[in-house]
Amino acid sequence: MTAIIELEGLVKTFGSTRALDGLDLLVEEGTVHGFLGPNGSGKTTTIRVLLGLLRADTGRARLFGGDPWRDAVNLHRRLAYVPGDVNLWPKLSGGEVIDLLGRLRGDLDARRRAELLERFELDPRKKARTYSKGNRQKVALVAALSSSAELLILDEPTSGLDPIMEAVFQECIREIKTEGRTVLLSSHILAEVEALCDGVSIIRAGRTVQSGTLTDLRHLTRTAITADTVRPPTGLDRLPGVHGLKVENHRARFDVDTDHLDEAVRALTELGLRSLTSQPPTLEELFLRQYGDVLAHDGVAVKGAEEVKSAEEVAR
Amino acid sequence: MSALTGTGTLVRFGLRRARVRMLVWVLGIELLVIFTAVSVKNLYPTQESLDKVAALSQDNVAAIVFNGPPQALNTMGGQIAFQTGTTGLVLVGLMSIFMFGFFTRVEEENGRTELLLATVLGRHAPLVAAFILVTAMNVVLAGLVTLGLIGQDLPVVGSIAFGVSFLALGLVFTGITAMAAQITENTRVVYGSCAALVGLSFVLRAVGDIGDGTVSWLSPIGWSQKLRPYAGEQWWTLVVPVVATMVTFAAAWRLTERRDVGAGLIQPRPGRPTASALLSSPLGLAVRLQRGSLIGWSVGLVVLGGTYGSVANQIDQFVQDNKELADYFSAYGGATLTDAFFTTTALTLALIGGGFAVQAVLRTVSEEGSLRSELLLATPISRAAWAGSHLVIAVVGSVIVLGLTGLGTAVIYGIIVGDFSTLPRLVGASLAYLPAVWVLAGLALLLYGVVPRAALAAWAAYAAMIVAGFLGDVLNLPQWVLGLSPFDHSPALPANDFTLLPLVVITAVALALAAIGLVGFRRRDTPV
Repeated sequence: MTAIIELEGLVKTFGSTRALDGLDLLVEEGTVHGFLGPNGSGKTTTIRVLLGLLRADTGRARLFGGDPWRDAVNLHRRLAYVPGDVNLWPKLSGGEVIDLLGRLRGDLDARRRAELLERFELDPRKKARTYSKGNRQKVALVAALSSSAELLILDEPTSGLDPIMEAVFQECIREIKTEGRTVLLSSHILAEVEALCDGVSIIRAGRTVQSGTLTDLRHLTRTAITADTVRPPTGLDRLPGVHGLKVENHRARFDVDTDHLDEAVRALTELGLRSLTSQPPTLEELFLRQYGDVLAHDGVAVKGAEEVKSAEEVAR
Repeated sequence: MSALTGTGTLVRFGLRRARVRMLVWVLGIELLVIFTAVSVKNLYPTQESLDKVAALSQDNVAAIVFNGPPQALNTMGGQIAFQTGTTGLVLVGLMSIFMFGFFTRVEEENGRTELLLATVLGRHAPLVAAFILVTAMNVVLAGLVTLGLIGQDLPVVGSIAFGVSFLALGLVFTGITAMAAQITENTRVVYGSCAALVGLSFVLRAVGDIGDGTVSWLSPIGWSQKLRPYAGEQWWTLVVPVVATMVTFAAAWRLTERRDVGAGLIQPRPGRPTASALLSSPLGLAVRLQRGSLIGWSVGLVVLGGTYGSVANQIDQFVQDNKELADYFSAYGGATLTDAFFTTTALTLALIGGGFAVQAVLRTVSEEGSLRSELLLATPISRAAWAGSHLVIAVVGSVIVLGLTGLGTAVIYGIIVGDFSTLPRLVGASLAYLPAVWVLAGLALLLYGVVPRAALAAWAAYAAMIVAGFLGDVLNLPQWVLGLSPFDHSPALPANDFTLLPLVVITAVALALAAIGLVGFRRRDTPV
């Protein structure tokens, strides 16, 4: 597999602010890569470095094997971009903007354009000033998706879309994936990332804190277990990797590090299993665990997945 | 009254937000009136000189078209009202339009009104608050103009009438804008249509003034001039503007109840579903974005050039009788007075036209600030091609603007004297300032590329060149200061000989500035 995007130890400062602080990112050809991080963590800055709009202070940046700063113009022939904040020229219609961007890129596909306009239910005759945020986003999406670019860089592309359009968007990305093209998808919508992405990078304060396939990442996390046992479940707290244990009579609930799942299940079997439910961690839990200490720092009583679990229990 | 809840808060909020803007408009117009009054007093120090100029202007169609009805021109007050009245009224109209739009339609288009109306705020509060704010500006301006003119020893009643004539016009256009702002949701359409009404008022009263004055009754500017400041005031004429204001404001009030927030009564016209061939390059987009502004500058400068052309043939006669003017023009030595006049005209028009070049280049600043540039720079368009597209508009557009303004001067002059042989010389005189204008464009691009946060300082440089060009002698600025302006080194045609070398040097400077700007932009982060 060829790497389309390679970032290593990227540092970018704005005055005294360290927007990127040793960021790494690897995106391989033909994959959809999720790029996660809270507001202000450096996602947009990273994308702007990739587009050659910002120059990194130190670190290595490679796009299609080239230097995104020096070879910007040539590299841009091979990519399409949807910014997080889509601002259009108020006097131009949506159709005019789509055509303009397509012609500048040099790969406007009229048939595809018409099809996408229909799928996204976008009226191309309306002036940009009259579009809502979601519709401006659709304009940029149609412009990018109707291209045949090898790489799509999408910065929170669906933040203004309704659930129906979100589904259309996911469908389009799957099609692009089947065509073997590459997508970098920065997003807040974890369900979207979970549905679409092969790999994920989670960044925080300008630094990559987790990276890998979704399966890899799940290994790093905990599985939620609820078990009813014949004998009272004692001694579970002595097991390695068990967190947030709660015992009520013959029922035990706990989270266990995926690495220690085997031992935990064996211990439960010895107690005589009546019923067992296990839940793999969702991306949301993964995400919250990464930021658990941030939230705690901010006075929010969340400490990793355990607290999320107990919140879910309350809800039940 | 619940429809007005929160009006007071909005008024204070508006004052806080727009205090600088409001101050600049009011003081700008006040200073223009007072400076004109002072210079008229110096120009015509005796009753004899006033009588002479009155006799000249009385039947001068060109002067009446641009200055207003000849009312008591042989008095100082009448002459000042004649010289400054129409310009002042046009500016008051524009001030009321732009400020009312700023407080209402701009806010609504940006979605901020929605934010405010969702709080405890009456439906009519934004409309009434804007009306109070703009009316207050007009009242303050009227008061300042009145006091300033009384300070120049002009008759008290006439000065009050002059101030009130400004106030009357301001109120009429406040009402008109209030109504227009309900009809369409597009701020630019509101500004454009209301400003066009100011233009129509100007033309209608011009037609009336050169006839028997009847047609002037169709024009709000005419209504204000029918008040006859310093010329036997006719106070009853104020009934017309007062009624017009009440009617338009009441209409705006009713229209507010009939439309949705954020929308207008007229739905916007749809655009093209696909782009024309023009939108295939950064330059094509720049043309599309800037052509409206280019047309606006061209029309404005053609009209101004035409104005100068229309009075030129009377210059010799006019100046013979006026020692101060004669001194002013003889600074050009040797040339005929008409040529000297045309030389001043060409410089004036070029200095004003330089504003277009600055504005065209600084379009890059707003494009980058709104992140629209990012969409383009993520395509295979080099930074130089993108920033350069706006530079091309500035360079080529200034050829059009200066060429047309010279042509306007020459054609109107040609029609009046029945001889078009001066046409190439006059157009050439304007075009000779092109390299100087390009220096302004180059400077704006340099600032944008190298110190983008200070890019708007290009306007300060522009203002400095205007001051040096217009007031350099009056202010007694040393030659080395004047020499900083490229306009000072351009051949002053047609009164002087054409010299190529300065033009080559100035063009080279402009190119160098632009080149540094482009390199700087290539090397810096965007957006800043």
